[in-house]
Amino acid sequence: MTTAVAAPRPSVVSAPVRPRAHWQDRIAQGLLLGVCAFLIVFLLAPLAMLLVKSLQDRDGVFVGLRQFQEYFQTPALRQSIVHTLAVAGTVTAVTIPLAFTFAYALTRSCTPLKGTLRVIALTPILAPSLLPAISFIQWFGTQGLLKWMLGGASVYGPIGIIISSIYAVFPHALMIILTALLLSDGRLYEAAESLGTPTLRKFFTITLPGAKYGLISAAMVVFSYTVSEFGIPKVIGGNFNVLALDIFKQVIGQQNFNKGAVVSIVLLVPVLFAFVVDWVMQGRQQAQFSSRAVAYAPKPRRWFDASMFAYCLFICALLLAVLGMAVYTSFIKLWPYNKSFSFAHYTFGLVDAGVISSFFNSLRMAILTAVLGTMLIFGGAYLLEKTRGVRGLRALIRMLAAIPMGVPGMVLGLGYIFFFNHPDNPLNGLYHGMTILVVVTIVHYYTSSHLTAVTALKALDNEFEAVSASLKVPFYKTFFRVTVPVCLPAILDIGRYLFVNAMTTISAVVFLYSPDTQLASLTILTLDDAGEIGAAAAMATLIVAASTTVCVLYAIVTRLLLARTQAWRRPLAL
Amino acid sequence: MPESAASNEPYLKLEGIRKTFGSFSALKDVALAVANGELITFLGPSGCGKTTLLRIIAGLETQDSGTIIQGKRNISRLPAMKRDYGIVFQSYALFPNLTIFDNVSYGLVNRRKGRAEIRRRVAELLTLVGLADAGGKYPGQLSGGQQQRIALARALATAPGLLLLDEPLSALDALERLRLRGEIRALQQRLGVTTIMVTHDQEEALSMADRVVVMNHGVIEQIGTPQQIYREPASAFVADFVGKVNVISAVAEGGGRFRVGGLVLTGAAGAAAVTPGTRVRLYLRPEDVVINGAVAANANAAAATVTKVEFLGAFCHVTVQVAGAEDQPLLINISRHSIDRMNLVEGSPLQVGLPADCMRLLR
Ligand SMILES: Nc1ncnc2c1ncn2[C@@H]1O[C@H](COP(=O)(O)OP(=O)(O)OP(=O)(O)O)[C@@H](O)[C@H]1O
Ligand SMILES: [Mg+2]
Repeated sequence: MTTAVAAPRPSVVSAPVRPRAHWQDRIAQGLLLGVCAFLIVFLLAPLAMLLVKSLQDRDGVFVGLRQFQEYFQTPALRQSIVHTLAVAGTVTAVTIPLAFTFAYALTRSCTPLKGTLRVIALTPILAPSLLPAISFIQWFGTQGLLKWMLGGASVYGPIGIIISSIYAVFPHALMIILTALLLSDGRLYEAAESLGTPTLRKFFTITLPGAKYGLISAAMVVFSYTVSEFGIPKVIGGNFNVLALDIFKQVIGQQNFNKGAVVSIVLLVPVLFAFVVDWVMQGRQQAQFSSRAVAYAPKPRRWFDASMFAYCLFICALLLAVLGMAVYTSFIKLWPYNKSFSFAHYTFGLVDAGVISSFFNSLRMAILTAVLGTMLIFGGAYLLEKTRGVRGLRALIRMLAAIPMGVPGMVLGLGYIFFFNHPDNPLNGLYHGMTILVVVTIVHYYTSSHLTAVTALKALDNEFEAVSASLKVPFYKTFFRVTVPVCLPAILDIGRYLFVNAMTTISAVVFLYSPDTQLASLTILTLDDAGEIGAAAAMATLIVAASTTVCVLYAIVTRLLLARTQAWRRPLAL
Repeated sequence: MPESAASNEPYLKLEGIRKTFGSFSALKDVALAVANGELITFLGPSGCGKTTLLRIIAGLETQDSGTIIQGKRNISRLPAMKRDYGIVFQSYALFPNLTIFDNVSYGLVNRRKGRAEIRRRVAELLTLVGLADAGGKYPGQLSGGQQQRIALARALATAPGLLLLDEPLSALDALERLRLRGEIRALQQRLGVTTIMVTHDQEEALSMADRVVVMNHGVIEQIGTPQQIYREPASAFVADFVGKVNVISAVAEGGGRFRVGGLVLTGAAGAAAVTPGTRVRLYLRPEDVVINGAVAANANAAAATVTKVEFLGAFCHVTVQVAGAEDQPLLINISRHSIDRMNLVEGSPLQVGLPADCMRLLR
């Protein structure tokens, strides 16, 4: 045998090898530390502060669970829990079948105009949640055109909250279920067909089990959205108390921040529960699908397709009626007495009343959130997924990034008051500024954006970074030259998502604005309180217009990009 | 094997490399020396630690302990950026949004070379891998084999001292694989670049390598030239993993004799030392078994009956039952020619001989 061969030598126990880090690795690790610090300061610390405050009385004395005891002894507050859960349960029970049928029509039938139907079904996302509340008041309120349909019941109260919430959450449920149905494997249907399985049996043995996790996930999202929603009950809830409203009343009405903290914790419980269930289900769902699943192509069936199309048209008509009523209200003089066309709600109601500035504040806030948020979230996800070292830190960031989805906006906002309004906090200066609004919005919508970024990054070859290291090219150069261009569609998607949500959000910012940073969505609340429903509708319409513009721009840019880069984008990557 | 005759110093030397993932030990005390200009293949079953070892050499993974010397430099603790190697992955990892030209020049641009010089070097490399005209295309527009050639050109662009290839051919179809095998070997010899290639295809390992490193469960089972690995396997694992082999259970009788059922065999390298009564296993390659006419001179002759003839093209696998050891079927390689000539079919009688010098006694 060759002499060069080293014989296996007896084990020499030597010191563990500690690799020397390159300064570029240090940069990456430093940046990662920055992301982690951001999430700790702007997510973990406020929540921790909230928890502490719930255990203290107004004077800052530690009282343990006494405030919780008092809370549960107050019948009105206890009733809020029942109300909240009942409303959220009802909304979930109605929305999921509605959305499932719609998604089923889009994926399993040969319904015409699928693209258009889908776009219409997603329009509620563009609107602030106050819009359906305003719209339903117009339809079913005291002066409502369809008031007779409610019999003697009033729309102000649970009915109004439930129908408005269904409108607002419908697209969220639809998207989740649609994804689940699209992911299921067409080969299963082919196999079933070759065995002559009847349609109904296919539905119960293939479709439903395949969509099971998607359905549960959608139900959890709908449930926690409704539990956390504050704008809808504020506008259309009448005297019907729910938890989110209680927080608002405690904090703004009675200035009892500690009680507010207690209610926040109570509100956090069901949302966290839904969040954990959803998390577990998503893990299972990912394991369920093979990467080589084949998309299902439905075959035309006349009556089935026709009835599915009719259903979709009906739903779309309802959705458009809600949106349309708000827009219509904003363009007429006075519902229902003077229906002549007028810009007065815009000119007098918004501009002359001096509240139009809040729309521009919202635009500024949304643009900042979209730009800075995308940079932070995509950059953070990149550092997390594609650089090396600091294992513990990575695990921590992964956990922190998942938390915001389980935290209602109001809870986060209240935590911000406690943390940033504290006189000893060096970041105290942020309080009431534009910065804090941008930051709270980024944090509030961190999880979804983060997951989008991670998914896009995971689709890239794992060895790009190894190859550039072997070629002695710094990682940041490869990031800008390869990673960002290849992930551009996902990056734009995150930007659009953050923009639209920043335009429409209320709950995260309701405690944090100042007169100088009043936002459009909050102005709707104020106008509605003052009975200026026309002006409120006008502001809601402006928000919808801005969100729509950004979505259209996104669609155009994405299409152009794909066309320009088709040279290298393989069909699979589309 | 091209010896670096001037000094016997190896170009790359690994000592005591260990790596664990949690409680799983992926590499256990691995030692290896690679001479300058040599092509070494890591061969072993899936999960034996080949990729891990390669990534440790590249600095993409850190060993728990052990040292790595490359060209007299101790690189054990150096980050990947500071090491001197080019690497090609199974997935090629070509940058999809950059042209072939930009891909190949990726590592050159960073070295402050002039534009003209970069252009010249890229042209040279593309010609070297036989894709001179591909510069303006994108990776997605090339076939798998072409992409692999580009990945190779990119890895060689900066003229690294060491080339690392992780299963570079496994994603290709059989024909393309065969062609690239020859091309990579020719290129490597022409450039004289020290190369380590990971593979789990034994034919690939044997046909390309100066030396083969056979690995199993995180340890090196044997290091040797392809001939040594095949002819003188150092362990039962190597004999089994590389090529086909007959395993004959026997009992030692002393004096270099073994009892197999009713037969007594003599020989096998290293046979004399075995204590009588010990159960042993004898290894004999199917092509080493002699038949009929050639048997006469052989001590270990026996009568046999053909039980199965498996047609494989130029060769056939013939299974026979040996009289006296019926429970241990013996596999023999016989050319199609001989089969036709002797008219061997199921049930045909056959004289077989088990040459003592070809039989090996292994742990
Ligand atoms: N990052 C890791 N974490 C945990 N275990 C790992 C990791 N990387 C490798 N392993 C384990 O170490 C063992 C060796 O892995 P390695 O990738 O080196 O195998 P291999 O010989 O290259 O196999 P293959 O032929 O399948 O590529 C495997 O059992 C693998 O599961
Ligand atoms: Mg491997």
